Amino acid sequence: MIKVGLFIPCYIDQLYPQVGMATLKVLERFNVEVDYPLDQTCCGQPMANAGCAADAAPLAEKFYRIFKDYPYVVCPSGSCTSMVRNHYDDYLKGKPGLEELKKKTFELCEFLTDVLKLEKIEGRFPYRVGLHQSCHGLRELRLAKSSERMGNPFSKVSPLLESLEGITLVKLSRPDECCGFGGTFAVGEEAVSCMMGKDRIADHEQSGTEVLTGVDMSCLMHLDGLIRRAGKPIRVMHIAEILAGD
Amino acid sequence: MDHSTRAAQFIRNEARVHWHDQALWYVRVKRDKMAQSVPEWENLREIAAQIKAHTMSRLPDYLEMFEENATRLGAKVHWAVDAREHNETVYQILKNHGVQRVVKSKSMLTEECHLNPFLEARGIEVVDTDLGERIVQLAQEPPSHIVLPAIHKKKEEIGELFHRYLHTEKGASDPTYLTESARGHLREKFLKADAGITGVNFAIAETGGLVICTNEGNADMGTSLPPLHIACMGFEKLIPRARDLGVFLRLLARSATGQPITTYSAHFHGPRPGGELHIVIVDNGRSQILQKPEFRRTLSCIRCGACMNTCPVYRRSGGHSYDSVVPGPIGSILSPAQDPQRYYSLPFASSLCGSCTDVCPVKIDLHHQLLAWRKELVLQGLIPFSKRLTMKVVGWVFQNTWAYEGTGRLVRWIVPKLPRSVLYNRWNVWGKQRELPPFPKESFREMYRKRKVQGSEARNRK
Repeated sequence: MIKVGLFIPCYIDQLYPQVGMATLKVLERFNVEVDYPLDQTCCGQPMANAGCAADAAPLAEKFYRIFKDYPYVVCPSGSCTSMVRNHYDDYLKGKPGLEELKKKTFELCEFLTDVLKLEKIEGRFPYRVGLHQSCHGLRELRLAKSSERMGNPFSKVSPLLESLEGITLVKLSRPDECCGFGGTFAVGEEAVSCMMGKDRIADHEQSGTEVLTGVDMSCLMHLDGLIRRAGKPIRVMHIAEILAGD
Repeated sequence: MDHSTRAAQFIRNEARVHWHDQALWYVRVKRDKMAQSVPEWENLREIAAQIKAHTMSRLPDYLEMFEENATRLGAKVHWAVDAREHNETVYQILKNHGVQRVVKSKSMLTEECHLNPFLEARGIEVVDTDLGERIVQLAQEPPSHIVLPAIHKKKEEIGELFHRYLHTEKGASDPTYLTESARGHLREKFLKADAGITGVNFAIAETGGLVICTNEGNADMGTSLPPLHIACMGFEKLIPRARDLGVFLRLLARSATGQPITTYSAHFHGPRPGGELHIVIVDNGRSQILQKPEFRRTLSCIRCGACMNTCPVYRRSGGHSYDSVVPGPIGSILSPAQDPQRYYSLPFASSLCGSCTDVCPVKIDLHHQLLAWRKELVLQGLIPFSKRLTMKVVGWVFQNTWAYEGTGRLVRWIVPKLPRSVLYNRWNVWGKQRELPPFPKESFREMYRKRKVQGSEARNRK
């Protein structure tokens, strides 16, 4: 039995507990032994992205201390996973086991595809689904080919969704444009951030999205905030909630 | 004024934002199609990045080689440490030749050095001959984009401008008609000019030659008639060998405008017979960047503008929001290197989506550099105190799990009790256009604890 340490990002823990529960369910469904260490809080990305390295460093150390001995670490967020994999060198370089920690930390869909080698997920989801490819998942974890890069298209996320019965993945006119969340950017550049979000939603509306999903609840939180304010009939769900088959 | 304030002003006209976004996205899509036509595209990017990295690692050698070869071909090479020295040098050359009228082809370096006002203040007429540049020159505005200087202007606005200055028909907005009028107007300027100033796209160390790319042939026109040609270049324009040129020419036009090749790639090897060629090589802060290994890759930039076309922030905030000669992602890392105090907000004018990094033909890790600049600006103490304090406090809360849990519980308890009018106050920037996320009764960890207890109780009962 594969054992994983579950990392639930701070905002999911506090604001979207059902996403954490869905992640747990998905993993357990595939016979993974999940342990959620209760001392965890945040990977440090908000501070790091604000340039406040001194405030991010202790959080990277905390994460390292808590998770370094697990065979795998799984996290339902591309952005937080990328923080560990691509940016922890800035804070923890030279620590024993850091390289392994970086390699064994996975975003949920990536874990299902790359480690569990799943190709199909049983379940039914008879809706038109719009996949928001969050930027860090796309361009820092390479969960799919970004439209800027040349080469053969691939995705570690959409085949999982497409394997569900009755699901239709919509085609967007700009498949991988940023939603405008960007952490503190959402507040620091509020006008641009919301404009970007509204444009994303318009693309989904035109493509007939009924359920908007993605691997990053933070992007979805921003889009959901705009959707609810505008009273639009689009439902927002984290991909774990869909894959858990609730 | 910071980027977000200027961006918010631009965004007030939502229809215009959509128009601006569409115009640039159109170029981005053209670029994608053209890049797809080159099967070895990603390999080409890698080679270009390596050539640039190699050049920068041996820059003094290549600069010397270039000077030697260019001089051998009969050009005169001048060195300028900063913008002031660049402008003085150009002015002295013009003065020595008694020049009254100058035609200039597009050059971001002379824009960076503010050469036009410098020369105009000394009685010299300077006419920008690139159509887009001429438009913004007449409008007395800086370019909003490095490749498409007037992309922020609608054809109706250009019609009005041309009516005023070039006496075209009032209300005319037909692009062909307007372009023809500009062509006639510029032709006169070319014929009367005493000197031509150009930028430089590539300077080849091995041959001492220069390559200048334009779509309108204006660099060729501006240097064919007048006897004096002054070419101004930042030292990062250097490439080692003539055979490297093909790599960059293939990448440049495709990335910039989605063309297979720029319409005119003019090669200059020494002055034309009877003429003079002066080359002014400028540092202006570049050696500062060269000395910092973490920012050095910035100097690989070939000024194609692809990062601007793809940047979702640039497309929706307009180039002027950056208040910098080079806007967009690349400008946001070049500008703070020159003046961190003035440009402190630019590295934050990005959602760090990374599209710029993936589109860059010379593989500059733009979004990582933006992040590195944020760190640098915090270290230099240029970030508002309130923001620093917030991050300190939040960081402390995250470090102490008990404080984190307590704060979370408190916020989740109190927020649902507050009336909307209190919650959506003017300090709640998130809530201006967005609903707040839900504030559930239980956190995940609370649910997880309960589930664990229930699980073990169930096992005990068995």
